Amino acid sequence: MRRLRIFLWAMVAVVGSLFALFAYQLSQPKDEFIESAMIGEPLPEFDLRPAVEGQPGLANTDLADGKPRLVNIFASWCVPCRAEAPQLETLRQSGAELVGIAIRDRPEDVAAFLQVYGNPFTAIGADDISEVQLALGSSGVPETFVIDGRGVITYQHIGDIRPEHVQTLLHELREAGA
Amino acid sequence: MVSRLRSTRTVCWLVILASVTPFTAPALAQDSLPPAPYAYQQLEDPALEAKATDLMHTLRCLKCQSQSIADSDAPMAGDMRHQVRTRIAAGEEPEEVRQWLVDRYGDYVSYQPRVTASTWPLFAIPVLVVLLAGFILRGRLGRKKGDAE
Repeated sequence: MRRLRIFLWAMVAVVGSLFALFAYQLSQPKDEFIESAMIGEPLPEFDLRPAVEGQPGLANTDLADGKPRLVNIFASWCVPCRAEAPQLETLRQSGAELVGIAIRDRPEDVAAFLQVYGNPFTAIGADDISEVQLALGSSGVPETFVIDGRGVITYQHIGDIRPEHVQTLLHELREAGA
Repeated sequence: MVSRLRSTRTVCWLVILASVTPFTAPALAQDSLPPAPYAYQQLEDPALEAKATDLMHTLRCLKCQSQSIADSDAPMAGDMRHQVRTRIAAGEEPEEVRQWLVDRYGDYVSYQPRVTASTWPLFAIPVLVVLLAGFILRGRLGRKKGDAE
């Protein structure tokens, strides 16, 4: 009888702690970001055609010339990409070199987008079937990767760059050897 | 006469609607490019296509996070299907393709559970519970037998 009572209280405790666990997990905000597992890895091989006329395309070998860069994954059809345009310009003015990868985009749409929101890029590659995006472990637009001078991915920023993220990115760029 | 006039008007509206719809549709879409070649097209070899489809049902769409890439119409899911089909067609095994994606997105991208440092209790606990149940049962049945004798 006594053993049964202890057993029942133990069950109550187990179920109670389960509910406490559920309550805790439900109160935590949902983390929808899927981080790339490619941080610390060299860039995959790619060679993308120019996304707009008059500017070079992008190959992985361009990013292993000793100079650290920011690789911005964007698209003209992506709304948060418009919101981060001023921050990209700030980064450029602070001495960062930016290259772009335009996802599933037509040259005329990219040109119109850059016309309106500014063009901080020295080169833009066109990724028509998200091939390079998938190879980088990027799961959406916009995302920004820090690439060191040897072509190794050192940092990933997911989502649009807000003013408070600019210093972090500049710091990561310095860490990468800029 | 009146009815014919009315039907002519209906036809007019239909023509206007039909001519306008193709222009409004792309504006609603996420992007302007056509899907990747193998996003919606099956592989010519039915055996390879079956392999690819089985794999696609166990890969998570990254945009629409509770669907598999086989179930999703998101452009990115289409691009992932293209990767799966072209890699399978090039002779890769489904598990190699899965590993290629896991190397990029972590276990999150795969619906196939694996035993890892953080998931082993999921596999160990049922085994322990069955063992415990067996142990208790044996104790009870053994005792009953003992009582009867």
